[in-house]
Amino acid sequence: MPIKEKALVMGPEDIVRVLKRISHEILERNKGCQNLVFVGIQKRGIPLAERIAGNIRDLENQIMPLGKLDISFYRDDIGQKIKSDIQVTDIPFDIKDKDIILVDDVLFTGRTIRAALDAIMDMGRPKTIQLVVLVDRGHRELPIRADYAGKNIPTSLDEFIDVKVREIDGQDKVTICSKQ
Amino acid sequence: MLTGRSLLRSDDLSVEEIGLVLKNADLFMEVLERKVKKVPTLRGKTIANIFFEPSTRTRTSFELAAKRLSADVVNFAASTSSLKKGESIIDTIDTIISLKVNLLVIRHGHSGVLNFIAKHIKVPIINAGDGKNQHPTQALLDAYTIKKKFGTFSGLKVAIVGDFLNSRVARSNVELFSRVGMEVMIVAPPMLLPSDYTVLGVPVKTAIDQVIDHVDVVYMLRMQFERQKRKLYPSIEEYNRFLTLNSARLQKMKKGSVVLHPGPVNRGIEISEEVMDGAAAGNRILIPDQVTHGVAIRMALLYLILSQQEEA
Repeated sequence: MPIKEKALVMGPEDIVRVLKRISHEILERNKGCQNLVFVGIQKRGIPLAERIAGNIRDLENQIMPLGKLDISFYRDDIGQKIKSDIQVTDIPFDIKDKDIILVDDVLFTGRTIRAALDAIMDMGRPKTIQLVVLVDRGHRELPIRADYAGKNIPTSLDEFIDVKVREIDGQDKVTICSKQ
Repeated sequence: MLTGRSLLRSDDLSVEEIGLVLKNADLFMEVLERKVKKVPTLRGKTIANIFFEPSTRTRTSFELAAKRLSADVVNFAASTSSLKKGESIIDTIDTIISLKVNLLVIRHGHSGVLNFIAKHIKVPIINAGDGKNQHPTQALLDAYTIKKKFGTFSGLKVAIVGDFLNSRVARSNVELFSRVGMEVMIVAPPMLLPSDYTVLGVPVKTAIDQVIDHVDVVYMLRMQFERQKRKLYPSIEEYNRFLTLNSARLQKMKKGSVVLHPGPVNRGIEISEEVMDGAAAGNRILIPDQVTHGVAIRMALLYLILSQQEEA
């Protein structure tokens, strides 16, 4: 199906600013970074988590633990569809009693986050889980919300949000696209 | 790619598909190292383990793989089944399928029975060993063990040693190992070779001493006494002289090379007692790794067969 780019909603500088703002919000709400750990959701949540953790390292002079999570094994649509390019899960620290900053690129139905919450709960009992998304596009199917959202972008269901990050795609941008 | 398919022979999988299974096994190895060694991936699916022949590791490995993916498992041992009352194999299989199972894992003592069953049913089957024919999941877990150790297949020299004639493991492994890029050779005396071994197109030696100092992997086959209607080998002493991996031979092995065995080991025949028990073997003996990797490989297969693929 051909994909049409409809509008650029965030450029590289917008993304930098948004991630800086979110980094400050995280520090403000958690009163520092003493108990924070970061978990990025494969794939594009990981570079975003790295950048926020990097911002916080620069601000607070402290290195943040950073994990990677692939939620494929926890999806609720098995028997319907499954990704063939599953990525690694690597959370090299104990999450017990930690404040987890969970990072993904786009918040849509909430099902990915539901799966991520289940996956994290199977690894231990964190003190809190706080959700960061670069874009919230609405259309939730579950009672899930973001604690820190880069940008709210109302979309229709035949549109989708395309997030590109330089670590994976060679460039930083967020566009609204439509399938036609 | 593998959705809904059966795995009866190692060559049912293309090299690309073998790569996919091994890559997925890595992901499941990570699950096996978690505190909660279970993911909800195959919740609601049912897998039947049907073993017409005894097995410890393969059956428990499949059972554990299914359970760690949250599938339901029914175990079926032929010795306690209605087969004893004279029910035919197809009727037995049909009964099990009527119980709404999604996948069958079958081991049978006769080569080819699985092909016969597969023609009659639509449910995917994984071959857990059929007679002298094939044992594809063993070949996959062995390949995975080698890959984990060496990081690559290309250029590795593998000697497969022992009872080739009766070994389904050997047949699956020679085929799969060659195809992924390893250089395979067989070490077996003529009486333990099938008459058509030349079709495999790999070199054959008759004594382990001819290869021990220059191969990367020594793969010891189990002497299949249960499949030998008459005694095929003159004596254990003669086996020890030409084929057994003992301490002296272990010393001669190339640096970094490893020993695999599909188990169960006949101690004192394929591998000597002192090598099995001794610290001398160091980290060369990968038999425990093979068992651990078996669960991850089977999880990967169950996952890939029972899930629908999304276009990447």
